[in-house]
Amino acid sequence: MAGGAASGGSATTDTYKEARTWLLMPAWVTLSILVLAPVAMMLVYSFLTKEFRGGVIWEFSLAAYDQFFCDRGLFGDEPCTIEWTYLQIFWRSIWQAGTATLLSLAIGFPTAYFIATRPEHTRPMWVFLITIPYWVNLLIRTVSMKFLLRDQGPLNDFLINIGLIDSPIHIVNTNFAVQLGLFYSYLPFMVLPIYAAVERYNFSLSEAAADLYATKWVTLRRVLLPAVKPGVIAGCILVFVPSMGSFLAPDLLGGAKNFMIGSLIEEQFKGNAGNWPFGAAASMILMTMVLVLLLLYARQQARAEKAEG
Amino acid sequence: MSGNDTNAIEVRDAVKRYGDFTALKQISLSIRDNEFFTLLGPSGCGKTTLLRMIAGFEDVTEGEIFLYGDEIENLPPNKRPVNTVFQNYALFPHLTILDNVAFGLEMRGSSKSEARARAGEMLELVQLSQFAARKPSQLSGGQQQRVALARALAPRPKVLLLDEPLSALDLKLRKAMQLELKHLQRETGITFIFVTHDQEEALTMSDRIAVMSAGELQQLGAPTDIYERPRNMFVADFIGETNLLEVSVDKIESGRAVCHLGGGHELTCDAVDGIGVGSKVHMSIRPERLYMSNEPEKDGSLHGRVKENIFIGTDISTIVELDDAPDFVVRTSNSDRGNKRIFEPGTDMFVNMEKGAARLLID
Repeated sequence: MAGGAASGGSATTDTYKEARTWLLMPAWVTLSILVLAPVAMMLVYSFLTKEFRGGVIWEFSLAAYDQFFCDRGLFGDEPCTIEWTYLQIFWRSIWQAGTATLLSLAIGFPTAYFIATRPEHTRPMWVFLITIPYWVNLLIRTVSMKFLLRDQGPLNDFLINIGLIDSPIHIVNTNFAVQLGLFYSYLPFMVLPIYAAVERYNFSLSEAAADLYATKWVTLRRVLLPAVKPGVIAGCILVFVPSMGSFLAPDLLGGAKNFMIGSLIEEQFKGNAGNWPFGAAASMILMTMVLVLLLLYARQQARAEKAEG
Repeated sequence: MSGNDTNAIEVRDAVKRYGDFTALKQISLSIRDNEFFTLLGPSGCGKTTLLRMIAGFEDVTEGEIFLYGDEIENLPPNKRPVNTVFQNYALFPHLTILDNVAFGLEMRGSSKSEARARAGEMLELVQLSQFAARKPSQLSGGQQQRVALARALAPRPKVLLLDEPLSALDLKLRKAMQLELKHLQRETGITFIFVTHDQEEALTMSDRIAVMSAGELQQLGAPTDIYERPRNMFVADFIGETNLLEVSVDKIESGRAVCHLGGGHELTCDAVDGIGVGSKVHMSIRPERLYMSNEPEKDGSLHGRVKENIFIGTDISTIVELDDAPDFVVRTSNSDRGNKRIFEPGTDMFVNMEKGAARLLID
């Protein structure tokens, strides 16, 4: 694009470049203030020394990272061995977020497909209906969910009344409750990108597959899914990433045993018991990990595409 | 009930309704084995609906469809041994050209290597072997078109359905593809059912044509039948250029009808079943079957003046103003100018008809 303007002489090139700089300015400013600055702040804080009633002392320190990775015994004077506590919390977070993502995909994909195949004028209504529950505050929705799922709650009452079970199933304070909570919190983020992809999908491709003797299942797997894959990936990222760092669902539905990384970070910035550098370090590690996961995925995709072509 | 198994496709009293709207009103037609058959009509005439009913993409509201004697209208598309070339090609964007062509073969149980070998042969047939490893988006429209053709032919369907496959190509490429399709049909011996709204394309390629309009079959016949002996107003008007005149039938004698049009002009032509004395009907006369002269040549000569000559490459189209009758168009081939005369605008002259040129039309 710049090449085309360059052939028109240097004066136009300069004008063009200048215009481009100015026109891109709002985007750069927004990105700097909202993305780069917070991350930079977090990075700096993670290398500072903690102040006991919250806040930091401006003195360089690796204590936060040391605390995360190193077990130095009860008095903190032993040589570094691996600290498993936080890594376990991380692992649990990945597991919970991954399960919630798969659950959202299993429910979200058929939902998105359903909406995208309704008559065109009714589709906005279906999308609207999907978003209505999300007008209610997340906290209230999560608390309501706890109420619904508890031992004497409506779900268990219903299951006992229809004779499916004899005594209530304990759902609250289990991993499953957290997965359900995360699934419910982020479902629209799965539905909407997949809906957008399926809506753009050329349905004559499905006809062509059927015409060429493919069953419905094969058509879904070999034609529809590859075509809407970008939407599916976007949906998975949009559910997985916030689920990883979420603290409401694990706190309210998971209880103390099912602590996730989001709760760990939240505690570091709450009240007087906090440790800001440690919270910042945990955030940085979380972010790095998510980025590494995404990069690995992107590389694997590029490689698969190369192998195919 | 079973169909006649010498026909590739037999459609019996097929009706298609969408709610209150009837897209097809009781269509019955037979398509012969190894035939290049065309469904021709303007958009919305039901030709694509009929094709999609044969492919299995649309349910049949009423009636039956037979494929070589087997009733197929209740089978899903993947159980029908027919393949389709789609209007927008519908190539799988994530698969290579080779895998696109191999898809149908694999689905019918060929191993991957077998399917690819056969797909390679098909690509050779449409001269695209060198593009086997590319993705559809890297090919031009004409090339994509040929891939779609190879893909649909690869599983050796009993009948190939083509839904306006050439409509997205430019004129020159379209003409070349018309011939290529015709040759492919002869080489493979597969029955082709071709849908188009382009009458010239239909005339060029088809063994037989079904002209459709408003969900009804208007006429079925060989291209020459349809062009020279249109059954009704719609067919005469839709196929080629024609002069449509309102005439009254005065008398019928030994298979000839004597008619008159406004201004006392009198014309004689073959009588048609269903048109009796006294009826007011339309008459169709093809412009290229008219010629002009200084003096009246026979009974049917019409007096008029030249309004305008329009040069259209191979022909000259002359618009003639008749006494008390609508304007006439006369076409003279440029290669024929030795025998036939062209008059300057404003000249008084007579328009004469070749024998059998005039044709009475029902409704």
